[in-house]
Amino acid sequence: MREITVTQALEEAMIEEMERDERVITFATGRAPALENKFGDRRVRFTPISEAAFTGIGLGAAGSGFRPVVNWGMVTFSFVAMDQIVNQASKIRYMFGGQADFPVTFRCTTGGGIQLAAQHSQSPYSMFMHLAGLKIILPSTPADAKGLLKSAIRDNNPVVFFECSRLAGVTGPVPDGDHTVPIGVADVKRAGRDVTVVGLAYYVREALAVADSLAKDGISIEVLDPRTLVPMDAAAIRASVRRTGRLVVVDEAPATCSAASEIIALVTEDPQTFGALKAPVQRVCAAPVPVPYSPTLEQAALPDRGRIEAAIRRVL
Amino acid sequence: MSQDKVELVEILRQMILIREFDVLAVELRTAKRIYGALHPYVGEEAVAVGVCAALRPTDRITSTHRGHGHCIAKGADINRMMAELFGRADGYCKGKGGSMHIADFAIGMLGANGIVAGGMPIACGAALAAQLEDQGAVAACFFGDGATGEGEFHETLNIASLWKLPLLFVCENNRYGAGNAVESVRSEADISLHAPAYGMPGVSVDGNDVLAVREAARQAVERARRGGGPTLLHCKTFRWLFHAMRDAPQPDLRSADLLAQWRARDRDPIARFEAVLIARGLVTAADVQAIRDRVKRDLAAAVEFAEKSPYPDPNDLLVDMFAE
Repeated sequence: MREITVTQALEEAMIEEMERDERVITFATGRAPALENKFGDRRVRFTPISEAAFTGIGLGAAGSGFRPVVNWGMVTFSFVAMDQIVNQASKIRYMFGGQADFPVTFRCTTGGGIQLAAQHSQSPYSMFMHLAGLKIILPSTPADAKGLLKSAIRDNNPVVFFECSRLAGVTGPVPDGDHTVPIGVADVKRAGRDVTVVGLAYYVREALAVADSLAKDGISIEVLDPRTLVPMDAAAIRASVRRTGRLVVVDEAPATCSAASEIIALVTEDPQTFGALKAPVQRVCAAPVPVPYSPTLEQAALPDRGRIEAAIRRVL
Repeated sequence: MSQDKVELVEILRQMILIREFDVLAVELRTAKRIYGALHPYVGEEAVAVGVCAALRPTDRITSTHRGHGHCIAKGADINRMMAELFGRADGYCKGKGGSMHIADFAIGMLGANGIVAGGMPIACGAALAAQLEDQGAVAACFFGDGATGEGEFHETLNIASLWKLPLLFVCENNRYGAGNAVESVRSEADISLHAPAYGMPGVSVDGNDVLAVREAARQAVERARRGGGPTLLHCKTFRWLFHAMRDAPQPDLRSADLLAQWRARDRDPIARFEAVLIARGLVTAADVQAIRDRVKRDLAAAVEFAEKSPYPDPNDLLVDMFAE
């Protein structure tokens, strides 16, 4: 199978979906020459730096029959559009009694590890998960990125599509043809017997690396990637934990009210899964600080392989 | 009856219906027969009716927290509006929205909105859809003077003008943003002056003169339909009642004299328009009374419809969260 980067996979998804459905339009503050050359400046627009306006424009166009893909750039910039996200997009379908669909996809990069410092290294997916009314996607491989972006664009709901910055240049196999991945289905990236490690985005790769290394010690790690945070595939996570009896969740967001917390709650509130636990569950998350700039400090703030391995050894 | 007369009488009927609907809503809320928050549109009827008289059913609008007038003027069914206020299953939003979230997408009413200026980007998106569809449709965005203090106002005016979107910005300047008089919160009183800054025409109009509003809206709509881009209509009107009520109205600190001046027959948008129609020999006082009687019967029927409608089933709590 051919290998391409996450960035290339996402661009393929955009091109294929814009070819497939002329009601797919896209806008961002940056230009997208490949898309603009192919589809013209009516469907591919660059906007003023007015995130609140173009977030709401996407929502309004979605409610009027189009399928906008709104690219915020970094998730950081979505915060100036919070009225349109929190008060409008997440509630608009339900509060109007389901009388219209709003098929809009919001894309943004997320995560730290590349020395962009406090404002541009955030991983705030749990803020969006909390809203009820948005689907939330966070892929870790080029194939999942492509397949899930295509599914997001075809979905008839507002979807927030997070793209981990550290994974942008990572390559991986991507199937040819109309490759889609269903929203709400987790993926076991490595099967194992002793500990379930649920990783998010970049930390799926890091968990896989730790699993490789621990295999030499005879420790068998199962690495599970939820891929979608809303809806969360609780059944797949619980099934894995019932097999292994041990759970470590790894993410680069701080632990408080995080996706990691939610995953652990979904596991422990299920009687059967709770009963199968052989050890306390562990979170490996970022320190509760704004992500600092200097590499030594940033590395100290974010999870790493050493901390993942230590958490695994604590539950064994 | 000439087409002109039919249209003018319908404009009068809609204005009376909007006023009586909200007077009744205040009574119903005071009697605790409906719930939540209520923002009456009384005194501002000429803006919604004048603008919507220039629109087609295929044109789309967004509204505000003070939105009953926009719904009625766009052609919403008062039975389903009333059922929504009563929190019933036959309401527009099946009882999930209430007064501040009434919408009827089938007639292009894209929703009232509890956030000041919150509907403006959404209307801009509807205008983008209209531009891309290229069928000559337009969008109109109602907002109050208070919205001019929000970033979404400025961002939306800029983008709509930049992209030449077919959009009417309809500022209902009722002189108060919640409890604050407009001159106490704005550095420049004339809201139409924002228009040249964003490269679009700005028109100030007597918002209590329904025909003047309709004429200004028609010109803006015509310009938008032929690709000329947006217009800012600054409609000067006056909020007769309090900003909002829950169990009781919020305190209204305005003087009785001021309220009396604006409620006088020579300023009341409905009394003024009645006088115009009577002076032109298009209706008699008896005709107006007949319209009023019909409106009251229709509203009584709407209340009956609402009260007969069941409350939503709690088992349906999660229905409508996500589309298939």
